[in-house]
Amino acid sequence: MSNTHREQSDVMMLESPFHSRVKAANELNEWDCWAGYTTPTKYFDVELEYFAVRSTTGVFDLSPMNKYSITGPDAQAYLDRVMTRNISKINVDRVGYSVWCDDAGQVMDDGTIFRLAENEYRLCAYARAMDWLSWCAMGFDVNIEDVSDQVAALAVQGPTSCSCLKAMGLEGIENLKPFGIAHFDFDGEDLMVSRTGFTGDLGYELWITPHKAEAMWDALFSAGESYMIKPIGSLALELTRIETGFLQAGVDFVPAQDAVRLGRSRSPFELGLGWLVDMNKPVFNGKQALLREQREGSRYRFVILDVDGNKPAHNSFIYQGKGKVGTVTSAAWCPTAKSNVAFAQIEMPYGEVGDDLVAEIYYERELHWTRVMAPCKVIESAVFNPPRRRQTPAPAY
Amino acid sequence: MRKYDAIIIGAGHNGLTNGAYLAKAGLDVLVLERNSYIGGATVSRELHKDWTYSNCSYVCSLLRPEIVRDLELPRHGLQVVPYGGGVTFMQNGDHFGNYYDHQRQYREMARFSKRDANAYERYTANVQKQTRLIRPYLMRRPPDPTSLKLRDLKDLAEFASSFTSLGEEGLADTLKFWTKSVGDYLDEYFETDVIKAHLAGSGIIGTALGVYSPGTAYVLLHHYMGDVDGNVGSWGFARGGMGAVSSSLAKSYQSFGGEILCDADAERILVKNGRTVGVALKNGDEYYADVVVSNLDPKRTFLDVMDASDLPADVVKKAENFKIRGSSGKLNIALDGLPTFNGIPKGSPLSVGDMHFSDSLERLERAYDDWKGGTWSKDPYLDMLIPSQMDPTLAPPGKHMMTVFVQYAPPKIKGREWTDEDKAGFEKSVIDQIARYSPDFKDLILHCETRTPREIEAEVGLTEGNIFQGELTFDQLLFNRPFPGYAQYRGPVKGMYMCGSGTHPGGGVMAAPGANAAREILRDLNKTNTVPEGYADD
Repeated sequence: MSNTHREQSDVMMLESPFHSRVKAANELNEWDCWAGYTTPTKYFDVELEYFAVRSTTGVFDLSPMNKYSITGPDAQAYLDRVMTRNISKINVDRVGYSVWCDDAGQVMDDGTIFRLAENEYRLCAYARAMDWLSWCAMGFDVNIEDVSDQVAALAVQGPTSCSCLKAMGLEGIENLKPFGIAHFDFDGEDLMVSRTGFTGDLGYELWITPHKAEAMWDALFSAGESYMIKPIGSLALELTRIETGFLQAGVDFVPAQDAVRLGRSRSPFELGLGWLVDMNKPVFNGKQALLREQREGSRYRFVILDVDGNKPAHNSFIYQGKGKVGTVTSAAWCPTAKSNVAFAQIEMPYGEVGDDLVAEIYYERELHWTRVMAPCKVIESAVFNPPRRRQTPAPAY
Repeated sequence: MRKYDAIIIGAGHNGLTNGAYLAKAGLDVLVLERNSYIGGATVSRELHKDWTYSNCSYVCSLLRPEIVRDLELPRHGLQVVPYGGGVTFMQNGDHFGNYYDHQRQYREMARFSKRDANAYERYTANVQKQTRLIRPYLMRRPPDPTSLKLRDLKDLAEFASSFTSLGEEGLADTLKFWTKSVGDYLDEYFETDVIKAHLAGSGIIGTALGVYSPGTAYVLLHHYMGDVDGNVGSWGFARGGMGAVSSSLAKSYQSFGGEILCDADAERILVKNGRTVGVALKNGDEYYADVVVSNLDPKRTFLDVMDASDLPADVVKKAENFKIRGSSGKLNIALDGLPTFNGIPKGSPLSVGDMHFSDSLERLERAYDDWKGGTWSKDPYLDMLIPSQMDPTLAPPGKHMMTVFVQYAPPKIKGREWTDEDKAGFEKSVIDQIARYSPDFKDLILHCETRTPREIEAEVGLTEGNIFQGELTFDQLLFNRPFPGYAQYRGPVKGMYMCGSGTHPGGGVMAAPGANAAREILRDLNKTNTVPEGYADD
């Protein structure tokens, strides 16, 4: 058990290793609970925090994220069994995004897999997974450990993020490719940097031992000052992930294990994540069910909608003609793309790219509720996807 | 003596509920109560000056919200305050705290096993699936699978459809719940003994079975299917003790014109020409009605207050074979202050909930071994609460009331009746158990009421002191409760009905049997139904 854990064993909510710095920076003193941790919803202004990510650099404390270490001779074979995608294609010092399913082919969660060494992986996930991961480990020579509280992490995202890290002394960071991993020395400890993130922008995630967390925060913010580095809360992050088309477990789908009502979970195909399913693998959890779904068809389709007007289609019903064909799971006005985006689950066969649908939007102004039937169109891909996200060396800004 | 439309024997919560709905429909109703006070096993009693004991049932979750609302029980004085938390003290000095807050609970479980902490989410989801299957049937009579009546067929079809909507895994889980042991069921999820032991208690409470006896998984489910304000599985305290439930039901009943007669011990349900005509009391008084409803358990009903010669022989046989074994006792204690418990600070949120001292399934199973051997458990399972931490009406300021449910206690000691020495030995095993984890506990005891199955049977009337009016095993549930052919509240004699926990959906302070029975009686009398439908789960 880490020091933090022991000292905090009797408090109701845990504090992240960055808490002293987060608290000092949180001008609004607005907090939420994420996985048992006290986390800021916003520091000074959601809009400005959002624009820090899109115009300069925004820093998000993602320490509460669940992290699992998977090591041992069978680590790769094991992950290939659990994950839908081909894990052997993830080389050392590379990161892969994947989903994993139960035996019914229903998505339990999505997450990122970091290959740290030949037989050493780290899985980062929204939902807790120790039970399922341990369960699936039967028959594999693999060791699984929940290392969530052993790693402190910051997402450093935005056009000046590379410059911030360079100024912090991370030499050669500009040459790190998307989904690549690099290691640096920080005050005698290993600082792992991955070019990953949840914002769809140029960005990095910094992983370090908790007792160096505060020092790293200080070094980062001091180096990034002239690049206008700002901390961001969960609300700004939410805007960026919708703008760039990322799903959120528990929001855009119910993790299969948590679903109480039959039919409320979703398959990867139904979440638009079919590209993560490698049917050429001989076996993986849920494969038979997913093959059947491919033959017999899916029940739902995940769509991104471009909604007319500027009212976000929160919780809207979606209609095709007079028939109700779906519901919105996430919605936001996207300030950079200047577009009104909604993610929706649409019943098959509706919702093909280009289809015209209608979103039933309710909004309130001074206690007056208005209902808008807003035309919307199914679009091919997310509205925000800048070249800098992919460029190596990373552009200056 | 004057004639009523209906007479109910027993002013327990089901008898009063039944009476309320019959009276609401305009019937002239009399409830007969043997004791000088109403409530049956749902009572608040002042047995030590200024202390109120819920001396039988002690917590509230199963009481159907439809009935609470429909009979306006809050207006008649009922307030149920939810409580959270709970703790199992361990022999090694540690404890498992069952925090109310989910994230805090996760962290506590993770202290023992991160896998278990995560598996708890799977466990909760799966238990919820099963409670969703059962809950819609609580406020209905169980359909008779052999009946060709349209009403039964419709209900069966609906049941079949909700059954299949669980999916294959859910369906398999249903069968497991109805047949498996709670120990085996929990073994499917958890690896930590103390976590399993903490959860397993609900599977054996009130049941003469051990944690590894088949059928106990259902008993666990039975304790999860209630709710407080829609929070399924949540439990609460009735303010003023459980007597607040019966007194509010009585007031509601009386507001519809119903009468209650206390100190009226029924001797016989009078039957003439194959139909009930009334009730004779032990004091010789007779009261007449075409409808007689028994709130007593099936054994007492058919082997005691009814004459075997008035009954079909198979009913007498079935009543004899009905499983209603005594398994538990109770200590109600007046405390001079709040006891200290090893390892948790005074006023900890953990101490507001249910406290236990059995930290492994092994110990729970051994406790059951003692019962099989015909004696009380040397190392008993305790479900202990101090509701006076939340309810100011139970004890003077700064003082406390403790309720201790104790398992196991057999109906007889090695085949003979309980003696006062046995009772003292039973009491000592409980007090010593608690004192092992609370250094100042013994010094704080001002008064202790100890109830073995002997006292529960003698004072409340429950055969063998069985708190559920019959074990909640699958062979005695749904269309088999109490017996096949008589599960829809109608007795074997015309005009005779049953409304106690010995009928569907079983025990606990639920009031559903009383309400469901009223619906059937009113139907037979061609009266307008006054009993509400169950709330649907969304």
